[in-house]
Amino acid sequence: MSEARIIRVAGAIAEARPLGDVALYELVEVGERKLLGEVIRLEGEVATIQVFEETTGLALNEPVRPTGGSLMTELGPGLLGSILDGVGRPLQAIADRSGDFIAPGMALPPLDPDARWTFSPTVSSGAEIAEGDVIGTVEERPGLVHQILLPLGTQGRVARIEGGAYTIKEPIGALEDGTPLRLSHRWAIRKRRPMVRRLAGDRPFITGQRVFDFLFPVAEGGSVAVPGGFGTGKTVIEQSLAKFAKADVIVYIGCGERGNEMAEVLHDFGRLTDPETGRPIMDRTVLIVNTSNMPVAARDASVYLGMTVAEYYRDMGYHVAVLADSLSRWAEALREIAARLQEMPGEEGYPTYLANRMSRLYERAGRVETLGSPSRTGAVTFISAVSPPGGDFAEPVTQGSLRVAGALWALDAGLAHQRQFPAVDWDTSYSLYVEATSAWFSAEGSSDWSELRSQTMRLLQRDRELREIAGLVGVDALADDDRLVLEGARIAREFLIGQNAFHEHDAFSAVAKTHSLAKLLWDFMNRGGSILSDEAGFEKLDLATVRLAFGAVKNAAPSDLDAMVSHATDAIANMGTP
Amino acid sequence: MRPARLPTARTYSGAASAAGPLLFVRSTRRAQLGEWVQIELEGQPERRGQVIDVGTEVTVIQVFEDTLGLRPAGAKITLTGETATTTVGKDLLGRALSGTGAPLDGLPSSIGETRRPIWGAPINPVRRQRPSDFIETGVSAIDGMNTLVRGQKLPVFSAPGLPGIELAADIVENARPSRGEPFAVVFAAIGITERETQTFVSRFRESEVMQRTVLYLNQASDPTIERLLTPRVALTTAEHLAFTHGFHVLVVMADITHYAEALREIAAAREEIPGRRGYPGYMYTDLASLFERAGVLESGEGSVTQLPIVTLPDGDMTHPIPDLTGYITEGQIVLSRELHQRGVYPPVDVLPSLSRLMNAGIGGSNTVPEHREWADQLYAVYARGREAKLMAAIVGTEGLAPGDQHALDFTDSFEQRLIHQGRQRRALTDTIEIGWSLLETLPRDELIRMSEATLQARSERDRNGEDAK
Ligand SMILES: Nc1ncnc2c1ncn2[C@@H]1O[C@H](COP(=O)(O)OP(=O)(O)OP(=O)(O)O)[C@@H](O)[C@H]1O
Ligand SMILES: [Mg+2]
Repeated sequence: MSEARIIRVAGAIAEARPLGDVALYELVEVGERKLLGEVIRLEGEVATIQVFEETTGLALNEPVRPTGGSLMTELGPGLLGSILDGVGRPLQAIADRSGDFIAPGMALPPLDPDARWTFSPTVSSGAEIAEGDVIGTVEERPGLVHQILLPLGTQGRVARIEGGAYTIKEPIGALEDGTPLRLSHRWAIRKRRPMVRRLAGDRPFITGQRVFDFLFPVAEGGSVAVPGGFGTGKTVIEQSLAKFAKADVIVYIGCGERGNEMAEVLHDFGRLTDPETGRPIMDRTVLIVNTSNMPVAARDASVYLGMTVAEYYRDMGYHVAVLADSLSRWAEALREIAARLQEMPGEEGYPTYLANRMSRLYERAGRVETLGSPSRTGAVTFISAVSPPGGDFAEPVTQGSLRVAGALWALDAGLAHQRQFPAVDWDTSYSLYVEATSAWFSAEGSSDWSELRSQTMRLLQRDRELREIAGLVGVDALADDDRLVLEGARIAREFLIGQNAFHEHDAFSAVAKTHSLAKLLWDFMNRGGSILSDEAGFEKLDLATVRLAFGAVKNAAPSDLDAMVSHATDAIANMGTP
Repeated sequence: MRPARLPTARTYSGAASAAGPLLFVRSTRRAQLGEWVQIELEGQPERRGQVIDVGTEVTVIQVFEDTLGLRPAGAKITLTGETATTTVGKDLLGRALSGTGAPLDGLPSSIGETRRPIWGAPINPVRRQRPSDFIETGVSAIDGMNTLVRGQKLPVFSAPGLPGIELAADIVENARPSRGEPFAVVFAAIGITERETQTFVSRFRESEVMQRTVLYLNQASDPTIERLLTPRVALTTAEHLAFTHGFHVLVVMADITHYAEALREIAAAREEIPGRRGYPGYMYTDLASLFERAGVLESGEGSVTQLPIVTLPDGDMTHPIPDLTGYITEGQIVLSRELHQRGVYPPVDVLPSLSRLMNAGIGGSNTVPEHREWADQLYAVYARGREAKLMAAIVGTEGLAPGDQHALDFTDSFEQRLIHQGRQRRALTDTIEIGWSLLETLPRDELIRMSEATLQARSERDRNGEDAK
């Protein structure tokens, strides 16, 4: 059969003929520079290909070659700390070859083929093993043990297995049927990794952000949509979680966003240390980067790659957080490709299968019992930024996310303009994980956690009603206890919900600190209420001292926290005495 | 990394058809995507184009010049075998060029140092340096409240009748490299009027600023499709000056709105499915291919900083042009008609304005240690004051809580004393002083964003200042 040739190129799409017996989603090499592409439509002899690299310069009649497989990635030790492009090539290795600017046409594996890892087997010769079983360990980073898993579809009796220092290419042993055992295996990124079963999530994913942990918590294995107009703080939230949230592994997907933000992540993550391990947080992170000026088709691949890496660490029994910024850019990549294919557009020009793909993606999050022995539970928590056009949530990507996500952290431009950060709109945000996580918070946080939470939600609601009234009649026309509500809500906004991502001690709030601030708020409300009921006027309250004390708690270093809390407690107790 | 059998120039006579800015040519066996095209027609000036769709049956060429009078059948079409390039070099400094780089100043064409493809290549994110060098623009609303740093892209959101270009011109005139490093300006006029161009250019013609400036001028009367090239030619020159010669380059692009309209025109001619308000679905990606060309490299000395001007259609921030721009750039400086009408210059509304890279560029030895707290505090009181103002319009000032009343009084002096500065350059230290003097009118418990340490340092400085007198 004659070799396939390009018969059309426009944007990121090429058509070739005759490609023979290829499959949908098969990976192909396009043109003389061997650009990576993927077959996305087959019609008669003509294959339509989305090209993951810059297509400028592709000419008619250049050859196209099938590779026989779909877009795979290599899973094994060495993923942590790496920075991959949307299709899984290490950006550092690309830079070593092509310099400061990215040149197309480079086939590079995600894992360093020369790195040696010290392997210790956990099974011995003669053992019967099956897919998903742990066969040994490698200390990938100090404190993080990488479990070596038997790949899917493999089983048998171990003929030999030996500890030692290996590269990912070398066999660490073999099964009796001759199948070699290795440190890594390949996985097709569009396919979710299997598991035994899903488990309900009952532990919160501790974000270190008060507004989330206290008001809109997410369970480990849960998923959250974070929509907001430009500049409302989505990236700051994703980055804060990547830095401070409690997770074993972080997969950060910069999907169609800014190069400078990635430079910032690299700068910060290399310097910040994880208080629990004392290691740079980059050590627990895998970065996947497709900036907005990198090829659009690779944007589609980047989120699947991220999910695959996350599921892989989940399968070792870890809790992994996937932070995607932004899912809208992924959806727009689908739209751009669909438009080039002249597919029938659905809502706002997005392909009709968008909602379907989106739910399949969100469904890759979850807490699970993994395949193989010893039995393990792992979780993937998915936090996804959404960038609605014009900041209007009535659009397909936000709405599609809401159908499947378990929580909504809605960001509001008005709050952002007032520099009320995180600009979470407490009226529209919600979490379906409040009940499931309340037992944990009562046990590990404090027994009054749920009570404080619902009181605070009511306070914020009442505040909104009162502010509407005050806007018509003036604050001085309100009753004193209503003015107390306004003041309490202001404290809640400024010191409890408000959190400065750039303040050394405020950027992360431990559960205990979050609880202290919530508790102080209600001390204030209760004390204020009793002073007012003793007929003292609202003007008599010494709010200035109280507010300063709240500020001191909010910004307190961990070592000063107790002192600041007791100082604030005193200030509240004495606020009625002149 | 070019194809082995590099096609050289091939000439075809006659196109099958033409529609708007597009030309359709049959069977061009080895046409390349993005290939540069020359179109000749008896008695008409040469036109240039670019291949945007190659197929065995038809190849589509986008023509950059006006297609009025273009007869497809009679055209001689040359596929050059190259993608679009432009001449770059230090000798361009001081020159005025057309939107595609032809001399407009009566001088001969520049010889340059080399030719570079105008489409650029993405900077590898691992080779970027985190932008963190403060640029002093001399404008309080920017230096104090929304600090610009090297390598940033910070657009000005203007509206018809507002002084967006004037503000950009002020910045170009006043911006100073902090340590006397080489500094250059590249100005890309994209479809703006002769008057607007003059506003910008006449200020520098005679001054030394012109010596360090390259002007690329595609004006309102120039071909619209050429607007797709002008910013790319300008950015290619900027990258060369920055990354080959170590200049800190400020690129002013006015007006992105005209650029986006040219993009829409092409999309319509191709009968593409339109996105929001008729703009193509890939406009985000396309704009990003311009704006992402700002940055600082890990290896080099220079930097590319962008100051695009966006005129908001109907003054609407949610219009796709400013909306997509805001989603790509690192903040925005928003001009307000209301402040303009009250005679505040520059009329910057700081609330919707933002500089996302500010944090890395301020504090410590960059500006003043208290910069972050200072700005946060001014923002907090000003935002509260603006809300109080709305409320006061209904219930009167007497109906306000005391804190709201303070904030309301503060708001006016903030706009008149800090934001308003006329055409004068104002040093950052003066900006910070004015801010402090405004804050010092407020009671301590309104200064909740200020740490005790900062306030103490401040009062000590005041005392020392007194002693010195
Ligand atoms: N928690 C916070 N504390 C202090 N400042 C914040 C916080 N969150 C956001 N900001 C401010 O808001 C700016 C914009 O935030 P961010 O870049 O996260 O917006 P975004 O929603 O990701 O926007 P885009 O969609 O354009 O990417 C930040 O640069 C910062 O100045
Ligand atoms: Mg962002």
